[in-house]
Amino acid sequence: METSDWNILLVDDEVEFISTLAERLELRGLPARVAYDGEAALKAVADNEPEIMVLDIMMPGIKGLEVLQRIKEEHPKIQVILLTGQGKTRDGIDGMRFGAFAYLMKPLDLEELIRTLHEARQGRQEDRK
Amino acid sequence: MRHVFSTFFGNTKSDPKDFASPECYDVLRRKIVLLMALVTLLPLLSLAGINYYEHQVAMTSEIQNPLRVLVGKAKHSFELFLAERTSAVSFIASAYSFEELSDDANLQRIFHVMRREFTGFVDLGLIDANGNQISYAGPYDLVGRNYAEQAWFQRVQFKGTYISDVFLGFRKYPHVIVAVRHTAENGESWVLRATLDTMHFDRIIAAMGLGADGDAFLVSRDGVLQTDSRRYGKVLDKLGFELPSTGFETNVDSTLDSDGQSIFIASALIADTDFALVDVKLKPTAFSTWYTVRIDLLFIFLTGVILIFLAVSRVTSVLIARLQESDRQRLGAIHQMEHSQKLSSIGRLAAGVAHEINNPLAIINEKTGLMRDILNLQPDFPAKDKFSKQIDAVLHSVDRCRSITHRMLSFAKRMDVKIEKLDLNAVLLETLGFLEREAQYRNITLKKELAENLPLMATDHGQIQQVFLNILNNALAAIAKEGTIVLRSWIENDKFIGVSVEDNGCGMSEETRNHIFEPFYTTKKEEGTGLGMSITYGIVKRLGGDLKIHSKLNAGTTVTILLPRTSLEG
Repeated sequence: METSDWNILLVDDEVEFISTLAERLELRGLPARVAYDGEAALKAVADNEPEIMVLDIMMPGIKGLEVLQRIKEEHPKIQVILLTGQGKTRDGIDGMRFGAFAYLMKPLDLEELIRTLHEARQGRQEDRK
Repeated sequence: MRHVFSTFFGNTKSDPKDFASPECYDVLRRKIVLLMALVTLLPLLSLAGINYYEHQVAMTSEIQNPLRVLVGKAKHSFELFLAERTSAVSFIASAYSFEELSDDANLQRIFHVMRREFTGFVDLGLIDANGNQISYAGPYDLVGRNYAEQAWFQRVQFKGTYISDVFLGFRKYPHVIVAVRHTAENGESWVLRATLDTMHFDRIIAAMGLGADGDAFLVSRDGVLQTDSRRYGKVLDKLGFELPSTGFETNVDSTLDSDGQSIFIASALIADTDFALVDVKLKPTAFSTWYTVRIDLLFIFLTGVILIFLAVSRVTSVLIARLQESDRQRLGAIHQMEHSQKLSSIGRLAAGVAHEINNPLAIINEKTGLMRDILNLQPDFPAKDKFSKQIDAVLHSVDRCRSITHRMLSFAKRMDVKIEKLDLNAVLLETLGFLEREAQYRNITLKKELAENLPLMATDHGQIQQVFLNILNNALAAIAKEGTIVLRSWIENDKFIGVSVEDNGCGMSEETRNHIFEPFYTTKKEEGTGLGMSITYGIVKRLGGDLKIHSKLNAGTTVTILLPRTSLEG
């Protein structure tokens, strides 16, 4: 089990989904902060830059892809895992082009998410080296 | 102009469906043929009519003019002949006294000289004022005969000179008399009368050169033939029809003769006589050349009409066929577009529905997952296993829903054209996933004989899936109840991968096989659009592949597709 040095930010407007996901991750030693829209996400990032961000594409207000672009401009080291309930190929392709680390579909397979989080962290550490 | 055009051709509506019925094209074809035939035939007809009329006028003129000239010449011959004879008789009457002429020997001598100088004289006689024949030179014994009561004697007494109609008289053969009255200085008068042989008339007529079917004759004012006619009787017979009005100028007319035949008749009165020269020409004979020309004209006209009709019909048929083909293609394109739009709408709807379902599903998934996490952290309690089973059931259902929404999204993704590296077997199995449940319900066995080492193909996922879906749907539709569908895949060669779908359903007739790739051809009636196989064939061809169908009625169908490892286009 990982120690609590993880700094993960979960962003989704579906409060029930994202809070439950945060709770489940925490149970697995992966503490995570949550933000319920794009603006809150950007503020959370400004306050405390996360290592990894799990970001829903379809949100009211600032869209996920715009949040991704802004974060990548100011905090290029943050690894972003995109979430989508729609699975539009175009969105996935754009997300990867803007620098997302991975692209996962809802409903999530938690094991797959944890695996991807580890890969993202590993990718970040390799970048640092 | 546009109004006239649309009135004739009907409304040219923009909706291509209006052109779809064969009757519509037939009506249009008939109208175009009629219009083009009218436009081309009217000038031809007018030309032929004018030509016909002009020809007839020219031919009539060509027949009438020579006839007029001929009769004019012959009339002058007659007049000259009679004038010479009358002058000769008149000269003798003036040159000799009554006594000299009364002497038979003198008269014989004079008659002899007359006959030598002028042909046609038969006899010569002297008649006194009382009508008694005083002397006579000729073949008959006429001395002592009295002519006082005869009409000709009365007229010569009155007019001085007289040329008779042809009559039989005492001689009982046709002759003409020329009589001249002479009055001496002492007031004594007598008549010198000569008889002319009408044979000379026949000679003048013969000299006209009438030909085998020509007929010319002399006829008196009261319609009695003065010479023989080839067609209307012998001399002194009554002419069977009325002469047109005749004067001294030659007149040409057309009329019907006693036999009802149409004739040209040229006539002219002979001066100082009561008879007219008549030349008759039968119209059919006269117009024989014209009739030949007319038949030629008619032949040319009819040939022209037939050729025009054939050309117009042919050109119109080609035009209509092209129009029909163009309309059909336009209709096909519109239907295909409508179909694509429909698919696109369904795709968007599927994506929307999937998204809307995926979010609550994600919540259920996470909440249930958390319940499991919490349960796992709890020490054992009596109902723990039961709880755990309930949670598993919920998570299993979430998985089922996830596969459904993902399939819907996969369908929606097919709207995005994209070439990607694909495992053809995976696409086949994915497509089969859509139909497995239906096959299961209908007791249809799905057998898979897929090559294991199939290389990845660079092609469009959506389009390939549509191809497989259409073919598998048809295979399912072909099996009424209980049957087998066998899916095969193999490496055909370096360039192609083969896929086949074999069913043991109802199969196809030869006619269906011949039309299966045509748009809108369907055997499913209301249930099918008739586009499935045409779209399928179009996609396979566009991707650079080939599609073949082997089918036997009531035995089954095998559809074989060869797909290139790298597609030409997406």
